[in-house]
Amino acid sequence: MALFKRLAETERPTLTFTLDGQPATGLLGDTLLTAVLTCAEHLRGSDFSAERRAGFCLMGACQDCWVRLEDGRRVRACSTLLEDGQAIRRDPGRQA
Amino acid sequence: MIDSEVIVLGGGIVGASAALMLAQKGRRVVLVERDFCGSHSSGVNYGGVRRQGRPLHQLPLSQRAHALWSDLPGLIGIDGEYVRSGHLKLARSHEDLAALQAYADATRGFGLGLQMLDHAQLRARFPWVGDVAVGASLCPEDGHANPRLVSPAFARAAQRHGARVMEQTEVTQVEYDGRLFQVRCANGVQLQARWLLNCAGAWASTVAAQFDEPVPMTSAHPAMLVTEPLPVVMDVSTGVEGGGIYARQVARGNCILGGGRGFALGPQQARPGQAAVLEILRNAGELYPFLKGAQAIRTWSGTEGYLPDHEPVIGDSSTQPGLLHGFGFAGAGFQLGPAVGEALAEIVCTGASRQPIEAFSIRRFQA
Amino acid sequence: MKTVVIVGAGPAGITAARTLLDHGVTPVLVDESLRGGGQIYRRQPANFQRSAKQLYGFEAGKATLLHRTLDELATLVDYRPETLVWNAENGRLDMLNNGHAESIEYAQIIVATGATDRILPVPGWTLPGVYSLGAAQIALKYQGCAIGERVAFCGSGPLLYLVAYQYAKAGAKVVAVLDSAPFSAQCRALPALLGQPATLAKGLYYRAWLTAHGIPVHQGATLSHIDGEQRVTGIHWDQQEIACDAVAFAHALRSETQLADLLGCEFAWNALNRAWLPQRDAAGRSSVAGVYLAGDGAGIMGADAAQMAGERAALALLEDTGIAIDPRRPAVLEQQLASIQRFRHGLETAFPFPENWAAEAPDELILCRCEEVSVGEVRAVVDEGHWEVNRVKAHCRVGMGRCQGRMCGLAAAEIIAERSGREIQNVGRLRGQAPIKPLPFGVEVQP
Repeated sequence: MALFKRLAETERPTLTFTLDGQPATGLLGDTLLTAVLTCAEHLRGSDFSAERRAGFCLMGACQDCWVRLEDGRRVRACSTLLEDGQAIRRDPGRQA
Repeated sequence: MIDSEVIVLGGGIVGASAALMLAQKGRRVVLVERDFCGSHSSGVNYGGVRRQGRPLHQLPLSQRAHALWSDLPGLIGIDGEYVRSGHLKLARSHEDLAALQAYADATRGFGLGLQMLDHAQLRARFPWVGDVAVGASLCPEDGHANPRLVSPAFARAAQRHGARVMEQTEVTQVEYDGRLFQVRCANGVQLQARWLLNCAGAWASTVAAQFDEPVPMTSAHPAMLVTEPLPVVMDVSTGVEGGGIYARQVARGNCILGGGRGFALGPQQARPGQAAVLEILRNAGELYPFLKGAQAIRTWSGTEGYLPDHEPVIGDSSTQPGLLHGFGFAGAGFQLGPAVGEALAEIVCTGASRQPIEAFSIRRFQA
Repeated sequence: MKTVVIVGAGPAGITAARTLLDHGVTPVLVDESLRGGGQIYRRQPANFQRSAKQLYGFEAGKATLLHRTLDELATLVDYRPETLVWNAENGRLDMLNNGHAESIEYAQIIVATGATDRILPVPGWTLPGVYSLGAAQIALKYQGCAIGERVAFCGSGPLLYLVAYQYAKAGAKVVAVLDSAPFSAQCRALPALLGQPATLAKGLYYRAWLTAHGIPVHQGATLSHIDGEQRVTGIHWDQQEIACDAVAFAHALRSETQLADLLGCEFAWNALNRAWLPQRDAAGRSSVAGVYLAGDGAGIMGADAAQMAGERAALALLEDTGIAIDPRRPAVLEQQLASIQRFRHGLETAFPFPENWAAEAPDELILCRCEEVSVGEVRAVVDEGHWEVNRVKAHCRVGMGRCQGRMCGLAAAEIIAERSGREIQNVGRLRGQAPIKPLPFGVEVQP
């Protein structure tokens, strides 16, 4: 399942990545948000109810799209471009 | 004209505690606060509620405060997120560890219950502490609370017990007319009373100077920051011997870190404020490796009043009967606050405080 | 070495930079995004193929020109993309780029920090599939994606119709457009809107196009809640409902004022924006010497006005530094800006702020999505006697999360005002503190 639907710019080189350890593909020029939400339905779990979140503002303001990369860095998925071979991990959040 | 027995200048934790204690003892008291109660130093400090590390002559007062904190809900009606998590003071070198041991020895009679931990014990009990720490001293019953909730709650509790609390009321003039203190405010309010408690934080030295007992008070602004909510790792609040980055974690997961004065962990420019924040961001990982990948979402600072010996001024004025002081806590007033308020209330009601406070007399600044 | 810094490479910042350069001043141009352009004129990634016409429609010419200007500037000024300004202190700006912290001293600064959507939360708004109108537009413009298969557009304002139109034109399924403004409001606004005939014409065109293409447009329709468990399944309004898998909503825009706040600018309540804004004179001078404000970051006026304001602020800066400018140009720009400002009043009439939102917000509605604080919790704090917004924040944590009140702050003020019985401009304003956006631990610091 996916949230986002690709309408245009579909003729772009494919990039491979992993999402929570599972193989996935995106396209060169995708943000991490696009890459994840075109093959999955959420980016993180909320901090106090582990509710699924999938970003909101797409412009780096709402801070609801943070994901983790394998090197331990956390990045905003909406403003970070996908790189080939990246390993993206979604924080599950917490039931407070 | 508002007549009362006691006017308290300043609605921080000291003034509000004093107002609460006085009201509980049936005295008519008015507290005057320029902004909102607990909105300055008392409300923006780190939130440490600790005895460990204080100079010896603060310990009787600090122990009394510890007893008052033990029933915080009974005192102020809320738990204020107060937890006795323990306070773990870390040593980064064997010299620092020796200093912690010396403090533990010197304070043995005061009932702090300090436990020394060597490197192996530290790693076993608190595995999340960075390996750069060679040992620590643990005070199991020290803890932390949320100053933004606790400090205003003292003022509200005072109100519930009959104190009159006037917020957003700036004092413009304070005088003694021979019988009573006369206080005038910017909004036209006038107050008079036999007693005046100077708990006005950063402004307190102005009042002291006005009554011919000036004190050399300076201000410091520690850097503090809070992280986003993180998985809960810290089961104790930390400090660092010799200065460094102290940290605590709240139940919701945010870590509050402070520091930035008097320590050099690397080459740094002499710049206040945000340079200290960057130092925390750069260096905190050494002591708190679990912060890797975490984000700081807000920084702030407070205004701490310092006297040259880093001790507060508590007690009688040296020049003016009826005037009492409680200010200059050098960033360590949050835990002491309720006991200082109680001491000032006791002076009003019985002539003397039950805890020894001579060491904090304003007279020590006079030749 | 002291220099002129421009923060923000959108229409205001780019135009300001061009103006300064034309007069022999070489600024530093700092921008958080990858390729600049701001939001309305956001550039797609370098390897995308769509034409400017496809992306920007009627504004294609303006967008292309702006981007070309930025490309020229990039080689001539000290251009710092992907760089966040997170603090201003003592004449220095603190910046973060790729994990590296750096600070620069400035002699003057032009703040062109732009805007975000203005959000009045609705039950279900935190569900996957719910986005702001601006976000929906970015998904399409910047990534060639629709936010879902069957999208509902809600809220009010000109952006509502524009994005719905762009989606439908791009081949997305638009199931409905809900405008909280009644049609009568738009009729009433017509005289004022005629002041900018081209803009009005475009707005009417988008509206008419939607209807002509069979997309239901409901006016005077207020979204009441969004359904779904793990993701959006439908929306409800006024006893009606429709199935959908994505919702885009907002009520116009809000200014990003944190940097102006940290710079010490005086703020004043602005009734038109229904927000506290840093004060600026007609030329863009703030209350602080050497600090200039241009574009939507100091009051919403749109992209055209942002370009004019960027030029005007740069001219003011030049004048203030004793550099000769064309003496006729300021008056021309100020006249154009004044005309646009009158038009903005018309837009506010056409798409009025839903003043009953706060009274109708249910207690269970999550107001602060970062801290998961409900409307009911905020009301409870107000009932205890707290009405000042920072005070309320300290007591219930609204606005204390990662976004520091960007998404919830204005709505929180509305709830506080309604519950306390105070006027909206009398509940205080959320204080900005550094960092303007989250900073990572382990940052490298330039000595």
